[in-house]
Amino acid sequence: MATELQTELAPERAAPKPAQPERGSAPANKPARAGRGALAIAGEKLIEFVIRLCGISAIIFVFSIFFFVFREAAPLFFQKHEPPAQPEAVVERHADDHSPAAKKFALKEFLFSKEWYPTSQSNVRFGVLALIVGTLSVTALAMIIAVPFGLGAAVFVSEFCGGKIKETLKIVIELLAAIPSVVWGFIGLTVMNPIIQDLFHAPIGLNMLNGAILLALMSVPIMVSIGEDSLKAVPDSFREAGLALGATRWQLVYRVLLPAAKNGLLAAVLLGVGRAVGETMAVLMATGHAVNIPFVTADGSFNPLFIFEPVRTLTATIAAELGEASEGSQHYRVLFLIGVLLFSMTFIVNLTADLIIRGIKKR
Amino acid sequence: MSDPQKLAITTRALNLWYAKFQALIDVTVDIKHGIITSLIGPSGCGKTTLLRCFNRVNERYGYVTTTGEIKLHGKNIYDDDVSLVELRKSAGMVFQRPNPLPISVYENVVFGLRIHKEGGDLKRSVLDEAVEVALTEVGLWQDLKDRLDMRATNLQLEQQQKLCIARLLPLKPEIILMDEPCSALDVEGTRAIEELMFALKGRYTIVIVTHNMAQARRASDECIFMLLGELIEHSRTEELFLTPKNPKTADYIEGRYG
Ligand SMILES: Nc1ncnc2c1ncn2[C@@H]1O[C@H](COP(=O)(O)OP(=O)(O)OP(=O)(O)O)[C@@H](O)[C@H]1O
Ligand SMILES: [Mg+2]
Repeated sequence: MATELQTELAPERAAPKPAQPERGSAPANKPARAGRGALAIAGEKLIEFVIRLCGISAIIFVFSIFFFVFREAAPLFFQKHEPPAQPEAVVERHADDHSPAAKKFALKEFLFSKEWYPTSQSNVRFGVLALIVGTLSVTALAMIIAVPFGLGAAVFVSEFCGGKIKETLKIVIELLAAIPSVVWGFIGLTVMNPIIQDLFHAPIGLNMLNGAILLALMSVPIMVSIGEDSLKAVPDSFREAGLALGATRWQLVYRVLLPAAKNGLLAAVLLGVGRAVGETMAVLMATGHAVNIPFVTADGSFNPLFIFEPVRTLTATIAAELGEASEGSQHYRVLFLIGVLLFSMTFIVNLTADLIIRGIKKR
Repeated sequence: MSDPQKLAITTRALNLWYAKFQALIDVTVDIKHGIITSLIGPSGCGKTTLLRCFNRVNERYGYVTTTGEIKLHGKNIYDDDVSLVELRKSAGMVFQRPNPLPISVYENVVFGLRIHKEGGDLKRSVLDEAVEVALTEVGLWQDLKDRLDMRATNLQLEQQQKLCIARLLPLKPEIILMDEPCSALDVEGTRAIEELMFALKGRYTIVIVTHNMAQARRASDECIFMLLGELIEHSRTEELFLTPKNPKTADYIEGRYG
């Protein structure tokens, strides 16, 4: 049996080196060997090709998504007047109310106006300032909550606990990342908001704080895992140096480890920001979805209780309105432009984080 | 100053286990104050382990168990009233690979002062002076006085190692423990560190682990030979090298193993 197998396998093993034939009847064997070899080579080539395709596909996807989103938004900048699918009447009324220049899509207005009336019959306005402010403010608040929490957890996991507790904690934190965002939104709606209203006597209704807490919880896992990685990458010799000089564990953390790992921790925070900026469902459900700049009151003064104001984010706007906007309409295209905006924001944040991480690895 | 009878470090029946592996076996030793004592022995015999016992750095591994007694200047370092912070302040450590912290030269030198004066305010002038004194003592002041805010990890290795010695000095340690401090340095660097050791001798008790027997011979007053976790011989350096009492020591210094 064994010898049979060997003689069976031998030609194949020898195939790359035809110089040393195994059997005496070399001429009879040669074609068969060559055929099998060719097949094997072809198979290998195929597998290699498939693997390469898998690798490249990520790039293809990113570029085609960007291309598609941009293609849907682009006509805004080139089309003169009426968007093709808009009802005649509206277009005409437009022409009555405004000079032709105003009808044309204006990037400046898009970015700096807080008037978001995409379906107004008399006067459509596509200003996303309030939405940008909404996204940024809810993200910033989320980070104020998540950064101490996430980095604290990273420090704890990497420096203050060992063995079983560490493994358990890591698994549980990863589980946190596995909770679907609609479930988070649901929790925000039914559990968190009543608590916030009880605790702070906040005005009735959903608010920014609610969404920010959810976003914080959602971005903590990635902060912990990247943060822990970067603390783990700090050479042990730094810890020994600190300890041998008499530093306590806490002094070691904030005098040695945090400075040494600061780039990695920054990357961790940025990835958390990327996560929070891109999150949709939870914020749609939990932030109130009102176009509102939370920092100013109705009379134009600063609102110190802005965290209890409802806000609306860029992502939630797309999710909520894309279904209603008719394809090819100006509204539809503006929503895609918001997509481009978001894409660029998260791209920049992630790229920065990535470059920072890469910089660390190189050192 | 260096009273020959005064003992800096004494151990009695010291045993140490890394989990199940016994790395130190019944080590009893008296290390005298104010001189340089070298620890030699083949790789893995427990030199580093013994040295790291003296300021209890070994304890950072949870799986280490120690039995026996270690006294620094007559005080048992395992007593309940001993503070680790104070212990480590009085027994400073220099590691095999220079390990300055990834902060500025200046901050490296004053690191010890800062962590031991937490909360209390340290006058800038006090710190400045400490830096100048410590760096002068290790011979770095002339080279580095204009580059104090340079990142310490960018210095040359020799300078890094000197800096690692310098940062112990502001804490006024009584004992300096060195674990193969020259193994990452070239000949010049080695000579510089040895000269520094001579300069520090007398005021400080120096215990140096070395792989290099020539170095032990040149640089130390007393020498301890270890083998497989046990202390084989401890005597004056010339005696140990010229008239070893134990045949194992003789074998080692003649290069029959190691
Ligand atoms: N952290 C550790 N965990 C487990 N075993 C260890 C640890 N450190 C050292 N050992 C073991 O203890 C023994 C003594 O090690 P130690 O580092 O003290 O030897 P050494 O004499 O300093 O050797 P070298 O000359 O190579 O530095 C070795 O067998 C080593 O494998
Ligand atoms: Mg060693």
